[in-house]
Amino acid sequence: MSVQTHIPATAMASRPAAGIHGTKMVARDVKVFYGAKQALKGINLEIQENRVMALIGPSGCGKSTFLRCLNRMNDTIENCRVEGLIALDGEDVYGKNIDAVQLRARVGMVFQKPNPFPKSIYDNIAYGPRIHGIASHRDEMDEIVQTSLQRAGLWNEVKDRLREPGTGLSGGQQQRLCIARAIAVSPEVILMDEPCSALDPIATAHIEELIDELRENYTIVIVTHNMQQAARVSQKTAFFHLGDMVECDDTEEIFTNPRDERTQGYITGRYG
Amino acid sequence: MSVAVTKSRYQSEEFSARLRRRYAAERRFRIAGMLAVGIASLMLVVLLGSIVSKGYTAFWQAQIRLEVTLDKQQVEERNYTAIVRQALYAQVPAATDRATRRSLNDLLSSGAPYELEAMVNANPSIVGTTQTVWVRADDEIDQFMKGFIRRDVPESERRLSDVKITAIDALVANGSIRSTFNTTLFTAGDSREPEQAGILGAVVGSALTLVVTMLLSVPIGIAAAVYLEEFAPKNRWTDLIEVNINNLAAVPSIIFGLLGLAVFLGFFGLPRSAPLVGGLVMALMTLPVIIIASRVALKAVPPSIREAALGVGASPLQTVTHHVLPLALPGILTGTIIGMARALGETAPLLMIGMVAFIVDIPGGLTDSATAMPVQIYMWADSPERAFTERTSAAILILLAFLILMNGLAVFLRKKFERRW
Amino acid sequence: MQLTVLLIILALLTVIGYQMGRSRAVASVGGRIVELHSVPSYHGFYVALWAGLPALLLFAFWGASEGWLVMQMVLSGLPDRLVNGDAQSLGLLRADILNLAHGVTTGREPDPEVVAAAERYLRLHALGDWSLLVIGCCIAIGGLLYARGRIDPDLRARNRVERTVNIALVICSLVAILTTIGIVLSLLFEAIRFFAVVNPLEFLFGTHWSPQMAMRADQVGSSGSFGAIPLFAGTLLITGIAMAVAVPVGLMAAIFMSEYASPGLRTWLKPILEVLAGIPTVVYGFFAALTMAPFVRDVGNSLGLSVSSESALAAGFVMGVMIIPFVSSLSDDVINAVPQSLRDGSYGLGATKSETIRLVVLPAALPGIVAAIMLAVSRAIGETMIVTMAAGLTANLTANPLDAVTTVTTQIATLLVGDQEFDSPKTLSAFGLGLVLFVVTLTLNMVALRVVQKYREKYD
Ligand SMILES: Nc1ncnc2c1ncn2[C@@H]1O[C@H](COP(=O)(O)OP(=O)(O)OP(=O)(O)O)[C@@H](O)[C@H]1O
Ligand SMILES: [Mg+2]
Repeated sequence: MSVQTHIPATAMASRPAAGIHGTKMVARDVKVFYGAKQALKGINLEIQENRVMALIGPSGCGKSTFLRCLNRMNDTIENCRVEGLIALDGEDVYGKNIDAVQLRARVGMVFQKPNPFPKSIYDNIAYGPRIHGIASHRDEMDEIVQTSLQRAGLWNEVKDRLREPGTGLSGGQQQRLCIARAIAVSPEVILMDEPCSALDPIATAHIEELIDELRENYTIVIVTHNMQQAARVSQKTAFFHLGDMVECDDTEEIFTNPRDERTQGYITGRYG
Repeated sequence: MSVAVTKSRYQSEEFSARLRRRYAAERRFRIAGMLAVGIASLMLVVLLGSIVSKGYTAFWQAQIRLEVTLDKQQVEERNYTAIVRQALYAQVPAATDRATRRSLNDLLSSGAPYELEAMVNANPSIVGTTQTVWVRADDEIDQFMKGFIRRDVPESERRLSDVKITAIDALVANGSIRSTFNTTLFTAGDSREPEQAGILGAVVGSALTLVVTMLLSVPIGIAAAVYLEEFAPKNRWTDLIEVNINNLAAVPSIIFGLLGLAVFLGFFGLPRSAPLVGGLVMALMTLPVIIIASRVALKAVPPSIREAALGVGASPLQTVTHHVLPLALPGILTGTIIGMARALGETAPLLMIGMVAFIVDIPGGLTDSATAMPVQIYMWADSPERAFTERTSAAILILLAFLILMNGLAVFLRKKFERRW
Repeated sequence: MQLTVLLIILALLTVIGYQMGRSRAVASVGGRIVELHSVPSYHGFYVALWAGLPALLLFAFWGASEGWLVMQMVLSGLPDRLVNGDAQSLGLLRADILNLAHGVTTGREPDPEVVAAAERYLRLHALGDWSLLVIGCCIAIGGLLYARGRIDPDLRARNRVERTVNIALVICSLVAILTTIGIVLSLLFEAIRFFAVVNPLEFLFGTHWSPQMAMRADQVGSSGSFGAIPLFAGTLLITGIAMAVAVPVGLMAAIFMSEYASPGLRTWLKPILEVLAGIPTVVYGFFAALTMAPFVRDVGNSLGLSVSSESALAAGFVMGVMIIPFVSSLSDDVINAVPQSLRDGSYGLGATKSETIRLVVLPAALPGIVAAIMLAVSRAIGETMIVTMAAGLTANLTANPLDAVTTVTTQIATLLVGDQEFDSPKTLSAFGLGLVLFVVTLTLNMVALRVVQKYREKYD
C-alpha cells in the first residue's frame, strides 16, 4: 500500500456527498485537574470530520488543556487528572482499546512554538513513520517525506537541503516543517495550539492557507488568540471561559451573532 | 476498501504486534535505568558495608588486668618494664620456664610500661603499694580476642603461637582480659604499634590546615566573586578570568600539590609537612569552588534590590555590602562549607608537600610537622598489620562522620534560608 | 610567635584607628554631621586602612621573601668548600640546613659547618621576626597618626576608602589567574630542567620507564629509563575501564532519575549519588586495594585466569564507581536543559518514552553529554589516590586489564613522596609528568567547557 493511494481515499471516505460532516471526536463532561486545581469544569463538545474547529478564549481558560486531552498529551504531566469521556470515532480514548501511543499516531499535534528536532529536515519528517514502522524501505520513506513536505507547502523551499538541520530554517518554515512532520504519520485529526503565535503575518498567512487545504483530508482543531484567524480558517468555533465551554457554534454565527454576553465581550475585545 | 486501509493502519494486528514490541523495548530501557541506579546504590552499600564491617571492631580494645607491685627501688630506676612483666607472670602461674615467660612478654603492648609510668607520675603516693591496673594488650592479642586470628589454623600459619594462646586462655579464665572502648584511638597520635596509634594528631593537623584554608579562601573567594559579579566590566579581560576560574576548578588536585612543592616549599622556603603549606595549597584549590558558588548566590539576588539601594543614594559598594551580600550569604556559606568538606577529604596535594611523614606528636602550630586525616588513612592502609586495617576503617568512619556533619550543615542552611524571589 | 603578636597588634590598631577617625571627624564639625563630605564611619575606615594596610603589606612581603633572604645570608657565610658546587649540591645543602633548622633528622651525620649554618639560620630568622614586629608596629602607628592628622570635613574619605576596597577586590579576583600562572611556571620551570637531562622525545615516546636506575649512576639520566609510554598506556587503560563503568551507569542513572523516577523515589536516589560523590578518594582507594582487588583476583583465579593482585580492573572499576555521580549529575543538567517542547513534539507523534529519550532527547543533548564525558575523563586521568593505593608501580606496557599497570599520577605521587633528592632527574621527572597531565586535562576541560557553554546558549 502506498501513501498516495490511501490519503485521498480517506478524504473521499470522510466527506459524505451530502456535505453533512460526521462526528470525529466527542467530549462529554470533561473535567481536568492539575493537583487540586481544576482547569476544566465539564466540557461538552463535538468535533466534526473534515472541518476546522477553532478554540478561542482568554488566556488561562483551559484551551490548551482541552486540546491536550484529545490526544492524551496530559498523560505526560505528572499531577494531571482527567475525568469524563472523550471518544474518537465512538471509542473512549482513555479506554482499554486505545493505547496512548496509538491514539497520538491518529491524533497528531502541532505546538505553539515550532519545535523541530535537532536533526536533518529529512529525519524530522521520517521520525514518526520510522517509529511506527510505516515505511518498509527507503523509497517508500523518501516518498512519504516528499508528499508530507509538499502538503505542508515546504517542498520547493527545502528540496535541495533535506540533509540540513531542521533548526536552520526560518520560524515560519520550521512551523510548516512541524506540520509536515505531523502529517507524515497520516493522522486522522490534527491539533494545533496557537500555531502562528510565533510567526510574522506573511508566515501566518502561509499557514492559514495550509490549514484550509489540509481540511480536505484531516479534521483540525486549532487554538488561537487571533479572532480574524479563527474567522478565516474555521467553520466551527468554541469559546472557552474560566474552564467552561461557554458557546460553540458555526464560526459565522459566533462572530456575527454570539448568544452569550461573555462571548460578545471577548470577541469585541472588551476583555481577554 | 480504502477506508479500511487507513483505519487499519493504527488498529491493525500488525500495528498492535509492533506496539507490543515497542513496549517491550520501553520496559527494557526502563529496567536498564533501574539497573544503573541499583548498581550505584549497591556500590555505596558495599563500600560503606565493607568499611563498617572492617572498622567497627577498632572502637574496642583488649586490656589485661595486672596486680602491679610498685616496688620503690624499681620505680626509682624507672624499670617499669620489669614491674609490668612480674605482674603478668603472676597472672599466669602455669608459665614457669624462661621461654614461656619470654613469649608472655609479647602479650602486653609495648606501651604498657609507659602507661604505668604516667600513672605513677600523676599520683606518686601509690609507690610502694599494690595496685590493680588494666593495661592495653598487644594488637595481636586484641585481634585474637576479636576472632580475627583463628585458633583452628595450624600454628605455623598463625601469627600467635600455641604457648601464647594457652596463656591467653588462662587470663580469660581468671577474668584478666576485658574489652573496653578504645579511647587511645581518639587521644593519641600516630604510632608504629596499632594499639597505641590514634587519630588525634591527624585530626588536629586537618583542623589547622582547614583553618588556614578557610582564612584565605573564604575572604579572597567572596571578594573575587563580588568583584566579578557586581563591579567588573564585561570585557575580554574578565572573560579570561572567568574561563580561568572554571578551568582551575577542574585541574587535578595533584597538580596543586606540585605547585605547592615548587612554589611554597621550593621558592618561598616554607617548612615541609606544615599545615600552613597544606592550608595554602588547599586554599588555592578551593578558591574556584567558593568563587563559583558565591557568584551563583550573588546572581540569585534580584536586581530590584540593587536598584532600590542605588535609588536611595547608596554607593555601589554600600549597596553590595549592606544589601546584596547579606542576602547572598546563606548561599555563599553553603558553597563554602561544601568546599571545605572537599578540602577535608583531599589527600593527593598533601602527599606532595610532605604531610605524609610519620609523626607521633600532636602538632601545636601552623609550622609544626603534621599529617591530616585522609593522609593518616593512606598511611595506615599501607601497614600490613590486621589491626591497622581495622583502624584505617575506623578512621575512615570518623572522617565520613565529619563530612556528613559538614554536608548536613550545608543542607540545613540551604533549607533554612532558601528563598525564592 | 612574633608574627601572631604583630597580627594581634595590627588588629587592635585598626579598631582603634576606626574609632579615632570616627570621633575626630564628628568633632571636626562640632557634631553637625551634615557638614562632613563623607559620613563619619568612612573617616573611621580611612584611618583604619592607613593603620592596618601598609603594615600588612610589609608583613606579606616579609612572609614571602624572608626564607629566601635569610638563606642567602646564611649561604654567603659558608666556606667555599660547601657552596661552590653545582646547582644540585647547592639544593641539597639548602635542604640539609632547612631540615636541621626545623629539627628533622636525616640519616646522615651532619657536617659541623652545616649545623652552624642551621643555627645561624634560626638566629637570623628570629632576628628578622623581631625586627618585623618592631618595624610593623612603627609603620602601623605612623600610618594611623598620619591619617588621623588628615581628617577634615572636606576629606573625601568615602571615595578613598571605596577606591582602596575596589583595588583589593580586583587583586582578589586576580589570585585565580596568579594560581594558573604559578602552576604553569612551576611545572614549566622544573620540566625544562628535567628535559635538559632527558630528551623530551625519549620521554614522550620511550617505552621503558624505570626512574630508579638514574639514582644509582652518577651520570644521571644516562641510563635512558624515562620513557613514559607505559605510564600513558596504563593511565588510558584504567581510565578506559573507569569510563566503561561510569558512562553507561551514570548516564542511565541520570535518565532514570530525570525521566522515570517518581518525585518520591528521586528524593531517595539523589542523596545516594551525592554521598557517593562526597566520599573522599582515599576511601575509594582503600576499598579498591583491600576489598575490590582481592575480590577480582579471587574471582579471576577461580575462573582459571591469572590476575594480578593490583589489577588495572579493580582500580579502574572503583574509579568508575567514583565517577558515576560526576557523570550522572552533569548529564542530568544536560538532559534537563533539553526543552520540554522537543519531548512534547515526539510524544505528539506517538513515540514512547524510551523512543523519545533515545531518538530525540539524547541526540539533542549529545554535545553536552560528550562534554560531560570529557570532563569525566579528565577527572579520571587526574585522579591520584585510587591508583596510588590500588594500581601497581611496575610500568607494564599491556592492554590486559587483569595485569598490573602504573599511571602518571601514581608515578608523580611515588616519585615525590618520602625522601627526595633535589634536582635529580628522578624527582624532576615528576614535574615532566605533571606538565603532561596538566596540558592534557586542561585541554579536555577547555574544550568541554566551551562545548557546554555553546550547548547552554543554544537552549537558553
Ligand atoms: N502543568 C500544569 N500544572 C498546573 N496547572 C496548570 C498546568 N498547565 C496549565 N495549568 C493551569 O490550567 C489552567 C488552564 O491552562 P491552559 O494552558 O489550558 O490555558 P490556555 O487557555 O491554553 O491559556 P493560553 O491562552 O495562555 O495558552 C491555567 O489556570 C493554568 O494555570
Ligand atoms: Mg495555551
